[in-house]
Amino acid sequence: MGRPITPLLWALFSVGGTIAALLFPVHLLLTGLAFPMGWLNAPSYGYLRGLVAFPLVKLYLFFFISLPLFHWAHRFRYTLYDGLKLKHLTTLIAVLCYGTALTTSIAAAYTLWTIP
Amino acid sequence: MSGKVQYTLYHPKWYRRHVSVWWWLENRSYTTFILRELTSVSVAFFAFLSLWYLRALAQGSESYARFLQWLRTPLFLTLDSVAFLFILLHAVTWFNLAPKAVALRLQGKRVPDGIIAGLNYLAWLMLSVGVTWILLRG
Repeated sequence: MGRPITPLLWALFSVGGTIAALLFPVHLLLTGLAFPMGWLNAPSYGYLRGLVAFPLVKLYLFFFISLPLFHWAHRFRYTLYDGLKLKHLTTLIAVLCYGTALTTSIAAAYTLWTIP
Repeated sequence: MSGKVQYTLYHPKWYRRHVSVWWWLENRSYTTFILRELTSVSVAFFAFLSLWYLRALAQGSESYARFLQWLRTPLFLTLDSVAFLFILLHAVTWFNLAPKAVALRLQGKRVPDGIIAGLNYLAWLMLSVGVTWILLRG
């Protein structure tokens, strides 16, 4: 791995981790448990489409999906090295982890772009 | 002193203890460490789920309704519950480590750890209330 890129990857890990810590619990609790279980009334399709139409909400959702994936890529890489003792596969693992984060971010940007 | 001198790259060790893949189960603090590191899997899971959610929303009300039905299946309720617990572990460990990562100084004095962690928890509370408020208005 190229050395100059290391600080950038660490910054992405750190910002993504902060977003995941601050925003993931509430979103997961609502969309994954409270709404499907009927504890709270889920927002309507029309209301959500109205929200996503705002450019600021689009930006929010892009960072919401993209940056935590870079957090995952960085942390999971080291989990594989240390936990499963796969230090010899460094390059392959790094390419797979950051590649997944990058392609998913592009998919998220594309999806947001196509929503009017 | 003639001839080529050979150096080994690493200090030779005649006896190396074999370390099992399950080394982190030997000690409680190792286990906590690995559980904390594994929270990233739940983070990725929820990021993918959010993208899937967004795509369903983009494709129209029918595919959105189908996606919501998926979320009501026992499989997803279980996955989401487990992911939620891991993400909570991530959030708490992240906020508690924040004072170690950010050494903030005001007028030459280091801001106490408790205040930095406390500000993180306050931001967490306010954002959670804000997101809930926006989503419940629909």
